[in-house]
Amino acid sequence: MTPLEKLKYDVVVIGAGGAGLRAAVEARAAGLRVAIVCKSLFGKAHTVMAEGGAAASMGNVNEKDNWQVHFRDTMRGGKFLNHYRMAELHAKESPDRIWELEVWGALFDRTKEGKISQRNFGGHEYPRLAHVGDRTGLELIRTMQQRIVALQQQDAKESGNAESHIKVFAELTITEILKENGKIAGAYGYWRENGNEVLFEAPTVIVATGGVGKTFKITSNSWEGTGDGHALALKAGANLVDMEFLQFHPTGMVWPPSVRGILVTESVRGEGGILTNSLNERFMFKYIPEVFKDKYADNDAEADRWYLDQDNNRRPPELLPRDEVSRAINAEVKAGRGTEHGGVYLDVSKRIPADVIKKRLPSMWHQFYELAGVDITKEAMEVGPTCHYVMGGVEVEADTAAAVGVPGLFAAGEVAGGMHGSNRLGGNSLSDLLVFGRRAGMGAVEYAKKNPTATVSEKAIADAAARIEAPFSRAGGENSYSLHAELQEVTHNLVGIIRTGKEVEEAIEKIAAIRARSANVAVAGTRQFNPGFHLAFDLDNMLLVAESTAKSALLREESRGGHTRDDFPGMNSKWRQVNHISSFDGKDVNVKAQPLPPIPKELFDLFDIHELEKYMTPEEIAKGGSN
Amino acid sequence: MARKLNLRIWRGDATDGGLKNVEVEANEGEVVLDLIHRVQATQMGDLAVRWNCKAGKCGSCSMEINGKPRLACMTQVSSFPEGEEITITPLRAFPVIKDLVTDVSFNYRKAMEIPSYEHPKNLAPGEARMEQIDVERSQEFRKCIECFLCQDVCHVVRDHEENKKSFAGPRFFIRIAELDMHPLDMLKNRKQKAQEEHGLGMCNITKCCTEVCPEHIRITDNAIIPMKERVVDVKYDPVRWLGSKIRKREGIV
Repeated sequence: MTPLEKLKYDVVVIGAGGAGLRAAVEARAAGLRVAIVCKSLFGKAHTVMAEGGAAASMGNVNEKDNWQVHFRDTMRGGKFLNHYRMAELHAKESPDRIWELEVWGALFDRTKEGKISQRNFGGHEYPRLAHVGDRTGLELIRTMQQRIVALQQQDAKESGNAESHIKVFAELTITEILKENGKIAGAYGYWRENGNEVLFEAPTVIVATGGVGKTFKITSNSWEGTGDGHALALKAGANLVDMEFLQFHPTGMVWPPSVRGILVTESVRGEGGILTNSLNERFMFKYIPEVFKDKYADNDAEADRWYLDQDNNRRPPELLPRDEVSRAINAEVKAGRGTEHGGVYLDVSKRIPADVIKKRLPSMWHQFYELAGVDITKEAMEVGPTCHYVMGGVEVEADTAAAVGVPGLFAAGEVAGGMHGSNRLGGNSLSDLLVFGRRAGMGAVEYAKKNPTATVSEKAIADAAARIEAPFSRAGGENSYSLHAELQEVTHNLVGIIRTGKEVEEAIEKIAAIRARSANVAVAGTRQFNPGFHLAFDLDNMLLVAESTAKSALLREESRGGHTRDDFPGMNSKWRQVNHISSFDGKDVNVKAQPLPPIPKELFDLFDIHELEKYMTPEEIAKGGSN
Repeated sequence: MARKLNLRIWRGDATDGGLKNVEVEANEGEVVLDLIHRVQATQMGDLAVRWNCKAGKCGSCSMEINGKPRLACMTQVSSFPEGEEITITPLRAFPVIKDLVTDVSFNYRKAMEIPSYEHPKNLAPGEARMEQIDVERSQEFRKCIECFLCQDVCHVVRDHEENKKSFAGPRFFIRIAELDMHPLDMLKNRKQKAQEEHGLGMCNITKCCTEVCPEHIRITDNAIIPMKERVVDVKYDPVRWLGSKIRKREGIV
């Protein structure tokens, strides 16, 4: 057996998407030594899939935009369950994070004046999304990747060693976050190429592992979205907040089956695409909720005028927040007005000239043409909801991204909870990961200055090693692929887009049964690049995440954002006052309610009191903010 | 409509390997990556393959399908006639790790050799002004998903390991072109460096890279040829020679 590779760093960043890379850049800027660990090759993270853009109130297209408007939109989108301070920091800092990318070489689309262009998106009052056609995520990940390379080149020049301060450990799975004396001491994992084990000793760990989509059957997430950071943090003693909230993106491809779940960017609707059912009705007009009636058009003529004159018309209802559109599509299909393959039509072909479609939505055109043989300039797309994003995540302190309860642990990006409340607005993810990636990096720098590296005990190393070896030593046990498929079936059917208490209870039982069987997963073959072996660890993570989601979903007896209970259809102000906190006792996930931090007066006063009345109790309104 | 298909998949590692026959079911609308996943889940749990987005956006599932470098997620099963065998092998230009997974670290080393973007020192964040038409030239190259199919197909390195040291490959020629055409980049002489340090002169524009690019980036026409044309002080360059023979080109220095 190969001897254990032991490494010492100041910071271990798990995940090389936008948040992880931004955190690494920040920590390196302070002179720290950073290990970036990722399951895939460098530059392949799921961030590349983000299409629409990054929301930042730069005001380049409509100068009325500012951080206060962005903050309001974000809170509205999240149905006021957001951690106010995270939403505030995000709205204030995202313009700087976008401009900074330009200094590192990013090339965004431009306005006529030569500024960064900004586009409309669901839930955003003004055109706000900085974008590059519909491949903004790729631009972001490439810019960050190239920034890392630039810093390594600088280090090579100064010290002769390109990896003196930042080293990327690609295709390495972390199986454990390690603690000594209640504080972070490092992380343990193995190289996917050969199964050789690695110990990172470090005072700080930043989890930036993205989402949990692979827990579900129909998802836009890649195989990497298995909730690793959620589960690793939970097992290390951190809490997860509001795991019942999952965003089902309303427009995933539904046909052909091989591409089921893959995303159709909201920009298609932002650019003029409309949703119709099998009766050719533009059905979204029927689904405008009371709280949004004054902002969304209830007729064709006004909705269409909005594309030309946004100041004097209400927005088309296709641009309602994602949860609303998902529920509407779901309802249409359920009522028998869906397409042959169980979706609805999204049509841009009759609305925009073909050459304009190809120019504004190039990768969408490409994706449909090459993956599905559909020419979106000539025919409608068939779309339906797909599991896209988890709002819930590691409970963190807003300013530092420090995980509550685990000194030395930080979380940023999708894996962190709180920022988006019960529903994330499109475009707020790319800006989130830049804003909080940087803050996590800063948080780690501050912490690492005061806390030296602890030595990881031999026992902890032996335990971690035993866990990695275990799947090979079990004879004739369970197959990780089959268990994964069973889990996806359970979550899809019982904790999916529409839930009932009875179904969720059933899900909790079934997930527990699968988890019991997963302790007996056996793997054939060797440690050398063995996907069945890799999946065994991903599966452990997904099972914990699914348990947390199901148990949180059972407690929340209302419908809000990415959590819809058929047995409790309305939104209830009392439920807005609590977060659901998941913790792990070594055996089970336990969920309890915790009061939401009250919103301070200066932020409370940014809203019209009548709007707040839709979300808050009369007592909260009377109090008028916390200070 | 489900049908049975015969796949031949290369299995093995750096020491040894060969094609293995496997029968698998294929459904309507599926791509080759779907078949590989089905084989993995039902018959070969340890079959190694890289993939991520399964939507042609991340460039992970690069392999050779019937000898042609392709993304498995973008190769429709229906594009092969009924009865035709599908042979799947790892990228040939890179050392095999296991099965369909190769060691592509060559590309990351080359990325490290290309000087990075240099922003104008006096231009503060938010002050940049660029015309759309000017950013579009570089944007074409920034569409690159780093699948490295162009690197794999390029005959300069495909069967010539010895050339790898002095040749960056098409992926990095478009990276240099992108920076060279970036409206704000301050570093001078990128084209000359491409020629002198990164082996641009070794390319003799057979356009194989352009043909395999899943993003349809016009690597040869829009990046390599314009750079070759403008490189000054070349000792010998087949393009210049060819260009002057085929047709008169304006602006050749």
